[in-house]
Amino acid sequence: MKLDDLINQTSEWLRGTGPQSDIVISSRIRLARNISKLPFSHRALKAQSQQALKICRNAIESSDFMKGSIFMKIDELNSIDKQFLLERHLVSKELIAKSDSKAVVISEKEIISIMINEEDHLRIQVVQSGFNLSQAWQIIDKIDAELGSKIDFAFSHDLGFLTACPTNTGTGMRASVMLHLPALVITKQINRLLQTISKLGLTARGFYGEGTQASGNFFQISNQTTLGHTEFDVIDNIERMVRQIVTHEQNARKILNAQHKIEFQDRIYRALGTLKSAHIITSNETIELLSMVRLGMDMGFVKNIIMSKLNQLFIFTQPAHLQKLEGKALSPTERDVKRAEVIREAIGK
Amino acid sequence: MLCDICGKKQATVHLTEIIDDQMTELHLCEPCAKEKGAQMEKHFDLSDLLAGLADMGSAPGLQVDEKVKCPNCGMNYQDFKAIGQLGCSECYKAFKKNLIPLLKRIHGSIQYFGKMPAVSAARSLKPGAAKSKAASALQQLEDYKARLHKAIQEEEFEQAARLRDKIKELESKK
Repeated sequence: MKLDDLINQTSEWLRGTGPQSDIVISSRIRLARNISKLPFSHRALKAQSQQALKICRNAIESSDFMKGSIFMKIDELNSIDKQFLLERHLVSKELIAKSDSKAVVISEKEIISIMINEEDHLRIQVVQSGFNLSQAWQIIDKIDAELGSKIDFAFSHDLGFLTACPTNTGTGMRASVMLHLPALVITKQINRLLQTISKLGLTARGFYGEGTQASGNFFQISNQTTLGHTEFDVIDNIERMVRQIVTHEQNARKILNAQHKIEFQDRIYRALGTLKSAHIITSNETIELLSMVRLGMDMGFVKNIIMSKLNQLFIFTQPAHLQKLEGKALSPTERDVKRAEVIREAIGK
Repeated sequence: MLCDICGKKQATVHLTEIIDDQMTELHLCEPCAKEKGAQMEKHFDLSDLLAGLADMGSAPGLQVDEKVKCPNCGMNYQDFKAIGQLGCSECYKAFKKNLIPLLKRIHGSIQYFGKMPAVSAARSLKPGAAKSKAASALQQLEDYKARLHKAIQEEEFEQAARLRDKIKELESKK
């Protein structure tokens, strides 16, 4: 498989299936791991980074779970390709920023991605469609065990896995769930909810993780700390919290539908109308409108659109995806035109 | 809409900034946004926050030698405070005194309860046994028991209680 093959497939997490996939888009777990004694990425000399890359690559490529995967060195990619991987959530901003001896390995269905020489020597990530953290944990736990039998991981009995940044020390685990909460945003309950979450040791972030603004009513809920609890307890805590949030969102949707049905439907159908007929559209407007249409589909107002196709639009209308589809670099205005075209093609009929 | 900074190019990046409770919206073209972004990253770096915390961790009056060097990678605690990242796994031993209060501040705990790496489980067990789930659970149980003993000796009763619960949990699964 090559990088260009990815554009023709839908990432596993965008399939729109799995438990509670009307509200929970995807479940994701990442583990931070380092090689014992070898300096962390930011402090490693060139030869040490290359050594880390070699050790990690060998371990990954000789494992069973990464058969048919793609290995890519970041400095061999052009800027559109790097952005393309970022838009698909397969790499982090940090990985593509400075590219010396950095690499990513991506599994066939884009379920597993392993970054090498990011902040930590290894960042293993597993993603599942819908509300499925325990499934993601089962997969990543096996990968971690297999890599751990080949690589001497930096680990202490008292503090757990040792990471470059002390905010990850311990389990090195960040478990997160991406939620679509339009009704809680419309009914203005979202701020109170997010405040409560932060009091319970969880944190909410935007669509693209750390430091990004929530757009299109998408929120990522994840654990904040990595010491003091087992991985199981952390996942259990997030699951309980998410179950409650899902119930609140469902109730808010019911209330909107019962008390403001006309206004509610009007917003959804206008969003659909704009997407179907626009000839030039920005990415911000696209995400806001797609979010409304998605809500309309969940509520049963909008039919004849396939969920995976709609989900795919959230990613395919991003700048680098549009340029990959067009096969060349596009100016911002050209992108807005191409974006409208891609949307009309997908849901215009 | 034209860019708020240069006023020449089309604004394609929309930025919300909150300074002293005042929210401002900026509409920028791509080159100006990039410049602004670089400025912002300088403004708001995790390492600055960590550096602040790293100082708070140590009790007043307790002089901590910030020049202590990690024997493995040569980093000192001052370097860590400036960067916000440790140099290597051995830094955790070298800066232990300073790091423990910092970790406690960040996580609210300094007790690890997670899984063991495959290798460390394999090392202390007979070859071949490492892969079995029961073996690693047993290993974990032994580890918790040793730590419980240590916690009681050090009169860390809160930790001891939590370790006791974990041991009970593991033993009930047997």
